[in-house]
Amino acid sequence: MAYSFPEEVLEYVFAFLSSHKDRNAVSLVCKSWYEIERWCRRRIFIGNCYAVSPQIVIRRFPEVRAVKIKGKPHFADFNLVPEGWGAYVYPWISAMVRSYPWLEEIKLKRMVVTDESLELLSKSFKNFKVLVLSSCEGFTTDGLASIAANCRNLRELDLRECEVEDLSGHWLSHFPDNFTSLVSLNMSCLGSEVSFSALERLVSRCPNLRTLRLNRAVPVEKLPNLLRRAPQLVEFGTGAYSAENQTDIFSNLVEAFSGCKHLKSLSGFWDVDPAYLPAMYYACTGITSLNLSNATVQSPDLVELIIQCPNLKCLWVLDYIEDAGLKALPSYCKDLQELRVFPSDPYGAEPNVSLTEQGLVTVSAGCPKLQSVLYFCRQMSNAALITIARNRPNLIRFRLCIIDPQAPDYLTLEPLDTGFGAIVEHCKELLRLSMSGLLTDRVFEYIGTHAKKLEMLSIAFAGDSDLGLHNVLSGCESLRKLEIMDCPFGDKALLANAAKLETMRSLWMSSCSVRRCPSSNVEVMDERGHPDSRPETCPVEKLYIYRTVAGPRVDKPNFVWTMDEDAVLRLS
Amino acid sequence: MEGVMSHGNDLNLKATELRLGLPGTDESTSKNNKRTANELVKNSELLNGKSDAKARDGETVPASKSQIVGWPPVRSFRKNVVQPKKTEAETGNFVKVSMDGAPYLRKIDLKIYKGYQELLKALENMFKLTIGEYSEREGYKGSEYAPAYEDKDGDLMLVGDVPWDMFMSTCKRLRIMKGSEATGLGSGV
Repeated sequence: MAYSFPEEVLEYVFAFLSSHKDRNAVSLVCKSWYEIERWCRRRIFIGNCYAVSPQIVIRRFPEVRAVKIKGKPHFADFNLVPEGWGAYVYPWISAMVRSYPWLEEIKLKRMVVTDESLELLSKSFKNFKVLVLSSCEGFTTDGLASIAANCRNLRELDLRECEVEDLSGHWLSHFPDNFTSLVSLNMSCLGSEVSFSALERLVSRCPNLRTLRLNRAVPVEKLPNLLRRAPQLVEFGTGAYSAENQTDIFSNLVEAFSGCKHLKSLSGFWDVDPAYLPAMYYACTGITSLNLSNATVQSPDLVELIIQCPNLKCLWVLDYIEDAGLKALPSYCKDLQELRVFPSDPYGAEPNVSLTEQGLVTVSAGCPKLQSVLYFCRQMSNAALITIARNRPNLIRFRLCIIDPQAPDYLTLEPLDTGFGAIVEHCKELLRLSMSGLLTDRVFEYIGTHAKKLEMLSIAFAGDSDLGLHNVLSGCESLRKLEIMDCPFGDKALLANAAKLETMRSLWMSSCSVRRCPSSNVEVMDERGHPDSRPETCPVEKLYIYRTVAGPRVDKPNFVWTMDEDAVLRLS
Repeated sequence: MEGVMSHGNDLNLKATELRLGLPGTDESTSKNNKRTANELVKNSELLNGKSDAKARDGETVPASKSQIVGWPPVRSFRKNVVQPKKTEAETGNFVKVSMDGAPYLRKIDLKIYKGYQELLKALENMFKLTIGEYSEREGYKGSEYAPAYEDKDGDLMLVGDVPWDMFMSTCKRLRIMKGSEATGLGSGV
């Protein structure tokens, strides 16, 4: 080749590539493209904090401005990962403080974040703008106070579903009086009351505020004060939505909500008094996202609110909506894309609401854009699943949780293999699937045959033998994450598909029948002691396998063992 | 479960039969390697090192709905929805009602009744029977049926002895006994 593009031109072109996959592909073209790309990459995404070390990342990408890191495996959300397992962000922050002084954005998911980390980041990154902590833990409101006090250019502080040790609400008062850059504040997971006057002043002086998600402690009578000061809000989360005194609250709320002409998303709604719901109706025409998953309101009032939102795209709701409420969605919310129905009483022995598979069937029939489903219910049939699959071949996420483990088709008492088989056969673009109910090895045959685009699969209490796991590992070409609990899968399928494991981000197996581990990047979690200390026939408690270029972890707790090559040879 | 009950007009006693299998599995067709809920819980508990503690306490694990770690997959902050922040002012107080000789039980919400009179009337309507007058000395003597209840301590008590509020908070289930069998019940002794 006699000529090539000057570096500057290539850099300019690469700047248009926002997807990580595209950037990664570009860097593989040739050495010079690798070099140019790595110098101009500004945003990195690390799907598993143990897949790579901070040092390796920094060495390759010297000019990063935004980092997104994920830590614990997904099943940590359901208490399956023991306390103290890892995913500490501190080593990342201390490394980045030295090498990325101009870092602007940190987004973390399922990581352990300490007050020390928060203080360090708040004092070190002068241009810090965005902090999003999703399902994180390990910090207190003191850490938040450091962020508030020191991050002069902060735009976003978003605490989603975090476990924060709430010492007091005083942290909010640490935002300086001349701080005006706030665009997004999500404090919904916090318990303590913040100083309301401090909150009011903060909202008043930040003209670009578009997202405000309050915590439960903010009572409904205070909402008008805030909404009047921020009529430009696009996303709003209420606190407790009920009040002791009746007075003028309702009319104030109506006035305040009707002043917010740009609202697209509503959430919060703890402790709902249905009498106050109609106050929001004026704001509902523009609503595209409604999160009522905290709202313990019964069906008529619940449905009345939902049908006020003709542009609804995303609905999260408790099963109080019942089949009858779901029937209303096709008529009033035809553009619905995402539906999540959560259980109000997941541990109750008997159903407390009339929500069955029928609700989901009617929504699938009548909402043509429905593509993402999370549904908790207590009965399911193959017929219903087949109908849903035929109605909605455009599904990309389908997560069904039938609360009783191994519940069969309630009409025929057969396994739900053919039902889920229909889902993977018809929904050719399916990216994520979670299954439940009575399932045999058969369903995994269907999945291995049809689910070619599937990236994430979650299984519990399913299958009969290693053949099930083998079909998934050998057939699902796009599989990146596999999480399995309580299935009779053992060593054979893992050993036969060891190469496949290196193309995946991670595999989690707990309460299965795995005795020996197939390769070197394997963590065994066992709080009973070293796997070697028990008889060979005893299965391991939990297995977490992930690919990594960082070598074995240096921050393992005492219940985690990484199996090395020698151990594998010794056991066999 | 509604589905299992809808087999024509017969009562489908098999559905309510007490056994250790999972709902929907038959003894004859269940495979050997399918674990019952009992085994599932035991397995989890064994792995979590809890089984010894349970054995010591002498507690037996009920056949269904014991908590398996990680199931159902619900985040911790979503778990206590049914008990809202306020006291149970809004939730009902449902108790089972059995009648001697009847094949299945009913359930009623004690909260909707203002006192014993209303409750007894409702029971009379529900089960098509007469209960008659209560007297402290003689209970429901002379009535065809007598209402009794199981209290917090598991004792079988005659309905009507204690103040209504106390009854509401201590009553765990109701039992309508044939008048002839109820003669032995004193008032709280």
